[in-house]
Amino acid sequence: MISVQDLGKRYGATPALDGLHLEVPEGTVHGLLGPNGAGKTTLVRILTTLLRPDTGQARVAGLDVRTEAARVRRRIGLVGQHAAVDEILTGRQNLEMFGRLSHLGARAATGRAADLLERFGLTEAAARPVNGYSGGMRRRLDLAAGLILSPPVLFLDEPTTGLDPRGRAEVWSAVRELAGQGTTVLLTTQYLEEADQLAGQVSIIDAGKVVAAGTPAELKAVVGDRIEVVARHAGDLPAVAALLGPQARVEADELRVSAPAADRVGALTHAVQALAEAGIDIADLGVRRPTLDEVFLRLTEKMEVSR
Amino acid sequence: MRWALADGWTITRRDLAHWGARPGQFAVTLLFPVLITLMFGYLFGGGLNVPGGDYRSYLMPGMFTMTMLFGLETTFAAVAADARRGITDRFRSLPMASSAVVSGRAAADLLASALTLAVLMACGLAVGWRPEAGPGAAPAAVGLLLWLRFSLLWLGIYLGLRATGPEAVATVQILVWPVAFLSGVLVSPATMPGWLGALAEWNPLSATAAAARELFGNPGWESGSVAAEYGPALAVAWPALLTAVFFPLSVRAFRRLNR
Repeated sequence: MISVQDLGKRYGATPALDGLHLEVPEGTVHGLLGPNGAGKTTLVRILTTLLRPDTGQARVAGLDVRTEAARVRRRIGLVGQHAAVDEILTGRQNLEMFGRLSHLGARAATGRAADLLERFGLTEAAARPVNGYSGGMRRRLDLAAGLILSPPVLFLDEPTTGLDPRGRAEVWSAVRELAGQGTTVLLTTQYLEEADQLAGQVSIIDAGKVVAAGTPAELKAVVGDRIEVVARHAGDLPAVAALLGPQARVEADELRVSAPAADRVGALTHAVQALAEAGIDIADLGVRRPTLDEVFLRLTEKMEVSR
Repeated sequence: MRWALADGWTITRRDLAHWGARPGQFAVTLLFPVLITLMFGYLFGGGLNVPGGDYRSYLMPGMFTMTMLFGLETTFAAVAADARRGITDRFRSLPMASSAVVSGRAAADLLASALTLAVLMACGLAVGWRPEAGPGAAPAAVGLLLWLRFSLLWLGIYLGLRATGPEAVATVQILVWPVAFLSGVLVSPATMPGWLGALAEWNPLSATAAAARELFGNPGWESGSVAAEYGPALAVAWPALLTAVFFPLSVRAFRRLNR
């Protein structure tokens, strides 16, 4: 549904995208993770016809974003980083305006606006100006505006940035529902938990390139499980680190020592025995799966080193 | 083409809806020139003399012209805010006629300025200003004023698309004042030091103000100055030049949003 080959875009001398490849099959949710400035927004802007690529090819719904931009626009919805809705108009006025501008015709635009308001739980607020909406309501309205044409492909550029946990949960459930109905979604985010929650496939991008891709579970396997020991006394940390082996990492502030654990049971047994023999009292002990944050940091760290 | 008009009208209606949603703010926009007029007419006007008549009769065509300049701020601020908030991008991602983003804004702003002008003319009549020339001349004066406003639309759209931050709005709001004062809008350039007077005389606002005074039959400057001599011709030419420069520049700035 989205197919990107060797896409390049520079701003002056700075490459924003540097030969990026990406394939998103129909009906899937694809997460795009990366630090600020990695090129996520540039990619979304190219795929939504807002920006012209310098090199490479990008197709959305089978259409070339460069040469068939007008047709692409009939098949996509965009929810950007800002809630791009008119603050002064009411929720209903906003959706009706976007409906008319999508050439639905006046009557169909009115009907579509009413449907979407209902679907996103905004019917009660429909007659109020948007500047009185909460962050979550605003983002839901923005999402509704992106769905006016029931697009087969939806682009969400950091859709929950700046939202409180409730607002985030509201947006997540809306995205899950859309995905359930077969909409292809490309989601950029800085929150790895968000990708973990929503996306079947994740690409991590850094410096305009995909540096790792896979399911969230596959990406976590790259880093592997870790055994973690939380000490009672800061003075025990060196001893605990010595017990866990040469790869042990100490986080002194948290009184935590961790090390890779290829074999979960073996690592635990060894740690328990060693701690008992050394007579070190501890606060907590366990084997943990890595979070996507750790995967992310690890992969982008590697890039720093190799550069 | 049909969509270009229909979409442009949808965008214009958005602005009309803004007026309806914030009547207080719209009223302030309408009444601000009235306030400035009363300030100059009554607070400062007593100390100002113009050849051949009453200061308020001299002032009104100048205020009409200055109001057209104030419209520039509205255009600039609205275009810059839409770009900053991502609304322009949303429009550009829709299957609408892209020219409508600009033409709809232009129509709404021109309408707002026409309304402001009507309110200010009513205020002028109330303080004793009268269009003294024939019945055909006054509409021509209004036409020239709106022609100036039309040309300033493109300057406003161009600057709004190129502006980077909200502070640019404040800069434009401040800069319109010296531009307005350094003209024949409020006083005759003949009263200014030589080089400053020359600059003021060549200000496009001076041409429109002089032409409006002539067409309304109100007292103007002593003859001999360029703007007084060629007022109407310059009042056609200056906005034509501004439009010729800034219309293509704004179209280019809009197209270049995809760079």
